[in-house]
Amino acid sequence: MTEAMRKILQQCRDNGDFDAVINAVPYAGLLGIKLHAMDLQPTFILPANKDNIGNPMLPAIHGGVIAGCMETSAALHLLMTMESIALPKIIDFSIDYLRAGRLQDTFVSCQVWRQGSRVANVAINAWQTDPGEPIATARAHFLLVQE
Amino acid sequence: MSDQLTQRATRFVSVLPHCRVLNMTVEYADGEKVILKLPYSEAIIGNPDNGIVAGGSLTTLMDTACGTAAFNCFEDGEVCPTLDLRMDYHRAAKPGENLIGEARVVKRANSLVFTQGEVRQESDNVVVATCTANFMRIGLRLGSK
Repeated sequence: MTEAMRKILQQCRDNGDFDAVINAVPYAGLLGIKLHAMDLQPTFILPANKDNIGNPMLPAIHGGVIAGCMETSAALHLLMTMESIALPKIIDFSIDYLRAGRLQDTFVSCQVWRQGSRVANVAINAWQTDPGEPIATARAHFLLVQE
Repeated sequence: MSDQLTQRATRFVSVLPHCRVLNMTVEYADGEKVILKLPYSEAIIGNPDNGIVAGGSLTTLMDTACGTAAFNCFEDGEVCPTLDLRMDYHRAAKPGENLIGEARVVKRANSLVFTQGEVRQESDNVVVATCTANFMRIGLRLGSK
């Protein structure tokens, strides 16, 4: 890990400056992912953005963008909530699409079901107007990289 | 025949705004198979320390490739929404590598289309990820409402 990234991570853990971590990941910036709220667990927001459309007829957000946002959110969630790990590496990712993702703000929250010494299992939900009506659910395994 | 289907796939992908943002292009398409190219760019980097691209950009490549294969396997083309999709990331793609996503229709059923595919590095054909995705048939043709 570079010194710059180590510094950003340390700041994040010391002062809760999570935006700096998100801003350091170009792909998160491309989609527009931001931290929405930080209660016990972070909630991320993907603001409505025409550049993220995959179905211009509805219009609806590209399924790959929804997946990419959920996967990136899960990696950031691990980074923010776990001590002394670097950016985790994605092993596998599986997503079920439940509803079309309209061109609206989308919210993402994660649940770490198990964190071993090497691998973490994370469940991810994405919704728009009602958390009880998710537009997609996903699960992912990450390889944890020690600092 | 495959020239026509490549053109049809190109038209299909070229109107998807996010694929334009990623500069994704159709390399080849027939009634079973679609090959797309995702050029390397700084915008899709997921790890700023080493320039490795985010898994999400590969997921978008394969959702598009598999979805285009599902669309193209019908004579008149049918837009099929993704039901579910799974990615297995075998290894990190080398920074700077353009990525090639190939998708195949495995089974065309009454209500569903089953597809599989993989992502390769352009320069050496090394597989970096595999994908399985299923699509719903909703009878939607381009131009119809």
